[in-house]
Amino acid sequence: MNHLLSIDDLDRAALDELHTLAESFLEVTGREIPKVPALRGKVVVSLFYEDSTRTRLSFETAAKRLSADVMTFAVGSSSVKKGESLRDTIQTIAAMGIDAVVVRHPSAGAAHQLARWVDASVVNAGDGRHEHPTQALLDTLTIRRHRGPAIDGLRVAIVGDVRNSRVARSDVKALALLGAEVTLVAPDTLLPPSLAGWPCTATHDLESVLGDVDVLMLLRIQRERAAEASFPSLREFTARWGLTVDRAARLGPGTLVMHPGPMNRGVEIAPEVADGPRSLIAEQVHNGVAIRMAVLWKLLSGGSGGGMVA
Amino acid sequence: MAGSRPGGRRGAPPESITTQVPTPTPDPGDGGRFVFRTRVLSATDLRRAHTRIAHEIVERNHGASGLVLVGLHTRGPAIATRIAAAIASFEGVEVPVGCLDVAFYRDDIGRRPVAPAGPTEIPVDVTDRVVVIVDDVLQTGRTARAALDALTELGRPRAVQLAVLVDRGHRELPIRADYVGKNLPTRYAEDVRVRLTDTDGVEDGIELWGPAGDGAGDGDGDEGAR
Repeated sequence: MNHLLSIDDLDRAALDELHTLAESFLEVTGREIPKVPALRGKVVVSLFYEDSTRTRLSFETAAKRLSADVMTFAVGSSSVKKGESLRDTIQTIAAMGIDAVVVRHPSAGAAHQLARWVDASVVNAGDGRHEHPTQALLDTLTIRRHRGPAIDGLRVAIVGDVRNSRVARSDVKALALLGAEVTLVAPDTLLPPSLAGWPCTATHDLESVLGDVDVLMLLRIQRERAAEASFPSLREFTARWGLTVDRAARLGPGTLVMHPGPMNRGVEIAPEVADGPRSLIAEQVHNGVAIRMAVLWKLLSGGSGGGMVA
Repeated sequence: MAGSRPGGRRGAPPESITTQVPTPTPDPGDGGRFVFRTRVLSATDLRRAHTRIAHEIVERNHGASGLVLVGLHTRGPAIATRIAAAIASFEGVEVPVGCLDVAFYRDDIGRRPVAPAGPTEIPVDVTDRVVVIVDDVLQTGRTARAALDALTELGRPRAVQLAVLVDRGHRELPIRADYVGKNLPTRYAEDVRVRLTDTDGVEDGIELWGPAGDGAGDGDGDEGAR
């Protein structure tokens, strides 16, 4: 059985295949009845140990549009409250007969651990500060739909709370796989302690990259991971690293603005920019359903021997 | 119906079947197990088949209005486009052409890897139209069944008809084609290969290939005869 735990599980061909598949599913999601019987009888469990709006709903919508059955596990009202371990929880759920589990967990590596415990396909929907591969898949899909399939040499800046961001880790890997040139923009305290092995460069100076990038990806300041301890105040962060209306005006004419959500409006991005014409934020959410359909289809449609490299 | 076409002669080495393309299409994916048997239809035969099917479609439907041709990925759209061009040439009516991907409706999902070939794209609402599904080869009928399901989700056609270049037998479902380029009795183990310039980059033609060394070079079609 195969899993999607990290962008490292994918090579260039597998990534291209998922993006091509997503085009088919974008057509399906545009229909009057946006549903195909592809995964009838398959059971997909969404197991979220952290809060989520878009990722959980996106996966559940994706599974339902493929006609799979969805079991939603709400940690707050489960036996986790009685002290049940992750291993016992997943083995209990697996004993009911499941085909895939979509997991989000505050600990890095949780999805990898689950994959060792169950026969079902495991999809990582975010593990701590580690990875969020489907977000990177939808981000790169969104960029390719605007810039054409070949994005090698495209200049992408990822701005903000890189240190706490699993989205940034997955995005850097996926963009590098496609040959884009990635620059991280953040204060030292919001960059990882070491960038050794990261296929990108870093700078502290947002002003210097503004006129020079094709895509500007903003990250959320992760207050739940104590990001605010890394700089004097939110106002100061916004003053130096926020995409204000002023800075947005200095972007190149075709520069695209992206944000994985949820946004802190007025902190990392000004509301006028978030809702402005160059913002792809709503489209990212739209494409997210299609790419998750592609991932679930790829993992569950193959039968023995077919499927994704893992 | 079309069994006496010259390309369908049997039992002769490939060189004598046609002089147009003496070399069979190389296919490295075979690992040497499949060998070229015979060229079933030449480019000219194919053009005539398209034209005849186009005439039959118009005759059966008393004209070309209210029709839509829907090709099944991957070669169906190219064939549908040619049939539409033929209809336009003698009837003066532009019949809309679409393409349909049936991967998500197949009955063998989970039994083997199934790969969608591309997005579905039909330029008109199929409801109350006569939809002609177009594919290259009809064998088990399972693809046609999946296509019927896929079409139903898009609307309620007034009628659905099926046009194929080759009917090679071995049906596993109660499905038959309304328009057939050539009825070709085959053995189950054999392989009918349709090549089109638009999709394969080589000259049009239909070839019969079979497993090397089983001695069935004459394609006598014992299993596939109907």
